[in-house]
Amino acid sequence: MISFEPDDEQKMLRETLENFSTNVIRKAAHDCEEKGEVPEDLVKKGWELGLIMSNIPETCGGAGMKRSAVTGAIAVEALAWGDLSIAMHVLSPALVAYPILESGTEEQKQKYLPQFCSDAFKPATVALVEPRMFFDASQLTTKAVREGDEYVLNGDKCLVPLANKADLFLVFAATTQGIGLAGVDGFIIEKDTYGIEIKEKEKNMGLKALETFEVSLSDCHIPIANKLGGDEKGGTFLRFLNRSRVALAAAGTGMGRAALEYSLNYAKERVAFGEPIASRQAIAFMLAEMAIEVDATRLLAWEAAWKIDRSEDCSKEAYLAKKYAQDMVLMVADRSVQILGGHGYIREHPVEMYLRNGRGFTTFEGLLMV
Amino acid sequence: MIDFELSAGTKMTKKLFHQFVDSSFRPLSREFDEEEHKDPADLIHSIHELMKGGGMRGMGSMAGGGEEGAEKKEGKPKRPKEQNLMGVILAEELFWGDAGLALAMPGPGLGGAAVQATGTPEQKERIMKRFTGDVPAYGAMAITEPGCGSDTSAVSTTATLDKKTNEWILNGEKIFVTMGKRATETYDGFVVVWATVDRKAGRAGIKPFIVEKGTPGMKVTKLEHKMGIRASDTASMVFEDCRIPYNNILGTAEVAVDKEKTEGFKGVMKTFDATRPFVAAMAIGVARAAYDFVRETLDQEGIQIRYGAPINQLTVLEQDVLEMEVNMKAARLLLWRAAWMLDRGEKNNLEASMSKAKAGMVGTKVTQKAVEILGPLGYSRKLLVEKFMRDAKINDIFEGTGQIQLLVIARNILGYTRKELK
Repeated sequence: MISFEPDDEQKMLRETLENFSTNVIRKAAHDCEEKGEVPEDLVKKGWELGLIMSNIPETCGGAGMKRSAVTGAIAVEALAWGDLSIAMHVLSPALVAYPILESGTEEQKQKYLPQFCSDAFKPATVALVEPRMFFDASQLTTKAVREGDEYVLNGDKCLVPLANKADLFLVFAATTQGIGLAGVDGFIIEKDTYGIEIKEKEKNMGLKALETFEVSLSDCHIPIANKLGGDEKGGTFLRFLNRSRVALAAAGTGMGRAALEYSLNYAKERVAFGEPIASRQAIAFMLAEMAIEVDATRLLAWEAAWKIDRSEDCSKEAYLAKKYAQDMVLMVADRSVQILGGHGYIREHPVEMYLRNGRGFTTFEGLLMV
Repeated sequence: MIDFELSAGTKMTKKLFHQFVDSSFRPLSREFDEEEHKDPADLIHSIHELMKGGGMRGMGSMAGGGEEGAEKKEGKPKRPKEQNLMGVILAEELFWGDAGLALAMPGPGLGGAAVQATGTPEQKERIMKRFTGDVPAYGAMAITEPGCGSDTSAVSTTATLDKKTNEWILNGEKIFVTMGKRATETYDGFVVVWATVDRKAGRAGIKPFIVEKGTPGMKVTKLEHKMGIRASDTASMVFEDCRIPYNNILGTAEVAVDKEKTEGFKGVMKTFDATRPFVAAMAIGVARAAYDFVRETLDQEGIQIRYGAPINQLTVLEQDVLEMEVNMKAARLLLWRAAWMLDRGEKNNLEASMSKAKAGMVGTKVTQKAVEILGPLGYSRKLLVEKFMRDAKINDIFEGTGQIQLLVIARNILGYTRKELK
């Protein structure tokens, strides 16, 4: 039966994470953005929330809770509402843990999942996006060619979060040409493997606190045992992509809501021509439309997430949710700068950061996971 | 638990409604659009027969939801908890079929919604039972005047109490009365007239009055020639010393007459809260009709729309079609949320306005884009797509314009009064 109400656990989780966002993330966000890094103690506090290990089975050392994409969407929204870059940093291990949880062979699960259940933050990351104008997840230029009992990877990746610190990489490459997403596979690569090189830290328009890197694969030999999902043909990448698109739509909802609230509060305070600017229709109507679009994005993300939880194909819904979200965040973030006028242009306020982050959503793939 | 699954009953009824309108509305669409004031009498009577029999309950009614209505009085079990949700889902199918014909169907309509929102239990029982009666009946609402539309507080039709005869005397002019002629001349019915008992009292003076078909002093002066929804009659009406019994004032007479209380005006607002989701459903239904036609045509032409391509690699056509699709989905989910809240008895002012604002915009954009995509085919009256665009436009306007919706939303999220945000 139709319902838009999260259950009690989800409500509690949302509250906990919004408190974390308010009390921890937001207090650090500005400095993190300016300095281009997230302090270790914040990462530690984020790890202590236990989000990632909660879904790992008890046999692998986790809390064994049933995984839910809807719950994940609620969690991602709450953290992104705090700060997008910090949320991506804190949740980066999920980029590897969850695909292994969902698609890994028994050996892969036994070998790697316990690493995400210790007291220490497990640095792990995904390499998907490629540094070219017409990057297309279904037509990767990073290739994996089978040679005996190995795959040989070659290619260039960009927007790889925390690559300099990662122990573990999940690298996506095309194993079969001409069949789109089904021809893409994930490869679990441990750091210091010959052939994977972390290049210089990237300088991006936004996501400055996240620390992303270009990574190159050059004659990188990977045992077939490290191909995610073993013999499974063609499903692992689609599932990864769908879940990451839902996550990005949820994150967009969180950041969009932050931008909306910030500009709403500003508009009520800022007086011009004798009254708050919020009393003028030009501003009020912008805010009203922003509110509609944030709510609409959330519902689209939830519907796609709900289908994932029912093991129903949601490629269309996930794609459309992310598409809608990327338009929404740009519109909302742009308007938030506009509403703050000259002050919106100054880095003391977060709105210009929302816009710099917001513009990236059309490019972001695989930076978050539900 | 968050859930997007429709109940089996709703799914089945939705399918039935769809088949029904596809086979009985669509073949008539062009005829009743071209011949504007022709009355689809056969269709009206056959719908009425279905409604009488308990089938298609609430078909054509703008706001069957919110209250149990006549069905409960007959001793039938209370409706399932998804009443409003089901209502908007079925409404979307009706309007997908034909917006004008759907509005022309007998039923409580806007007038009935006003009765449900403001009437006493006795009034509701007395007035609403005709909708399951032997002849097709209509409930119309007369609120807009030549001088006031969005500003409902500026109503200038007066209601003066004749203490000697214990009657109200209505004087004034109303325009844009949906079903005004069918409700008061062609078929059976009534019109709810919003009039002021004291202009100086502003909002507090505005009250709703029932005027039954055939009451002397009420006259339909013309039927509008409209851009779209032509099968729906839109009447101008004049009230000249129109006398109605004292008890025809909706609501408790004492409260209703109290010049200090704004109960009457709040009643107007409450009526719109209940009808707003159905107007959103209408916009989405018409938009979907246009979208479905575009998709079918593209299929026939062998043109594929890819889901998954990066945005900088979409063709313009793909971008347009995907935008249409996702915006309709967004509007529909916002609508379902608003209806779901109504079913839970939750105040849904903000959410209903959001859904109407979005749906109105989407209806306009999707239908206009559909005509564009179809090129010369879209422009021709040989196909229904141009009609969908003409039918859709009104959704951004009636039952509260899109701008008024944005005002309602803005005041809500800002916590502002009318004085603080005009």
